[in-house]
Amino acid sequence: MSNVLVVAELDQDGNLRKSTLSAITLARKAEGALGGGFDVLVLGANTAAAAQELTTFGAGRVLVCEDASLAHYVAEHFAPTVAEVGKGYKLVVATATTFGKDLMPRVAARLDAAYAGDCADVAAEGGKLVYKRPMFAGNAYGYCELSTAIQVATARQSEFAAAEPSGSTSPIEKVAKAAPSGGAARVEYVSLDAVTSERPQLTEANVVVAGGRALKEKFFEVIEPLADALGAAVGASRAAVDAGYAPGDYQVGQTGKIVAPSLYIAIGISGAIQHIAGMKGSKVIVAINKDPEAPIFQLADYGLVADLFTAVPELVSALRARG
Amino acid sequence: MKILVAVKRVADPDNANRIKVSSGGDAIDASGLEWKINPFDEYALEAALRLTENGASPKKREGEVVVVTMAPKEAETTLRSALATGADRAIRVEAGDDDLDGRVVAHALRKLVEEEKPDVVLMGKQTVDGDSNQVGQMLAELLDWPMATFAATLRQEQDGSLLVGREVDGGVLSLRVRPPCLVTVDLRIVSPEGVYSSLTDPSFKYNEGVRFAPLPAIMQAKRKPLTVRPLSELTDVALTTKYTKFELPAKRSAGVKVKDVAELVQKLTEEARVL
Repeated sequence: MSNVLVVAELDQDGNLRKSTLSAITLARKAEGALGGGFDVLVLGANTAAAAQELTTFGAGRVLVCEDASLAHYVAEHFAPTVAEVGKGYKLVVATATTFGKDLMPRVAARLDAAYAGDCADVAAEGGKLVYKRPMFAGNAYGYCELSTAIQVATARQSEFAAAEPSGSTSPIEKVAKAAPSGGAARVEYVSLDAVTSERPQLTEANVVVAGGRALKEKFFEVIEPLADALGAAVGASRAAVDAGYAPGDYQVGQTGKIVAPSLYIAIGISGAIQHIAGMKGSKVIVAINKDPEAPIFQLADYGLVADLFTAVPELVSALRARG
Repeated sequence: MKILVAVKRVADPDNANRIKVSSGGDAIDASGLEWKINPFDEYALEAALRLTENGASPKKREGEVVVVTMAPKEAETTLRSALATGADRAIRVEAGDDDLDGRVVAHALRKLVEEEKPDVVLMGKQTVDGDSNQVGQMLAELLDWPMATFAATLRQEQDGSLLVGREVDGGVLSLRVRPPCLVTVDLRIVSPEGVYSSLTDPSFKYNEGVRFAPLPAIMQAKRKPLTVRPLSELTDVALTTKYTKFELPAKRSAGVKVKDVAELVQKLTEEARVL
């Protein structure tokens, strides 16, 4: 009997999002305290491939709810089924993507459960789960316990490594879709204006190249060749996004994406508190900035004080020369 | 349209790196930091004002904006400045931070919403102290209302529906919600083309950011109604989230400055071994 339920996230085409594997890692840690094991719940209109992929991670069962009304994610359609299935568990988890952050507090309210969002860690202390959460834009961590019968949590993707396959094979079972919540009659999915890119996802990339407002209209002209040379994802500071130089979902920071790549290169980014909150977990940080006093240099492993419009092309040439 | 805006005061987020932890590790010490309105809630108030006016003539308000907070008396400063900015009425629920967690706040707000019967509830997507990002979603579920979280754009259509552009990981997801409904807002809702009421001409552009109260409005705000309610009148839900310990993250120290691109590449290759 499993005590933890993991809610999987699929993309528009029914592919499993890699972010789901971070929630599985949280579930594996939590089952140490709760006993039992974990199950995975997949919801969508086209779930076969994702469900199959999820059978390899050691789940007790992979539960599948397939319904045409689940083709696009809308909380009012997803939450009732997640809560109905979740009733049988002690802990219901997802990853703290915009999907998990939108859905899971709603599920918690439906289950009369308390919620620990965007967790950096979970540990068992005296048979209880203790959730470690970043607060104040990552300037402090709080450790909290929840005392409701069922608990709901989301995992910060950059803090929980993607789960590896376990070698076993989980059975797949169908579950019924619960009736949508009353509010569903007043909400309609209109469209997803998706940003398509050949590059790795920002939250999953090994290398991130991020640009700030200093790049002005040359944001892509300067950043893309460097990202290409490194196979990197592209990020941006809030200032660059607000100025219209980069799209909103490029934003790295407290309120944008939280990233922790092996290498983070900040180009023309001064290092505002809320930006640092989104990237300070990176293993190696490089900053290139004209201003030697920029706060970013206080945490960069390697700082280069230089004009980025000459330094970045030079760096691209040097990287290309290495082959 | 009647809009209820939930706001919270937080320790100055621009100086959040000066947060300390008490010696026993059992409390956050934000002494020395000013109280500020949670930035996302400030944006929610601006969105509410834009939804209840014609952008070209913002002195004439259409509908009603009620702001609510749950905090000690000192937080009335925050409510008064919201009233000066344009809100019509304010409610303060008498409560200390130790009396509240996300679930308690959501339950108390539900009761207020049932009393006030707004068409729309607006709030920030998260408060930047706890960074929990939960109350809006919980409240929507308790009310059995539709919600649109992380809104970057809001368009009120002629039939009263709201077309909401939500900032999601893969781009912008648009939802159409019909009141009564709940919307939590993201940063870019206060951009020049963030919010349009059905009265505002589609070619109109707001100034970037939130509006500021003119001096006469600050004086007038002192006479706008502000009511105080005890928390116990609104909910008897018990606290179920308990913080037992706090700590500061490991400090990252400054590394080295390299003299040129060649040295940078050499360091990244030979020392950091990330290339």
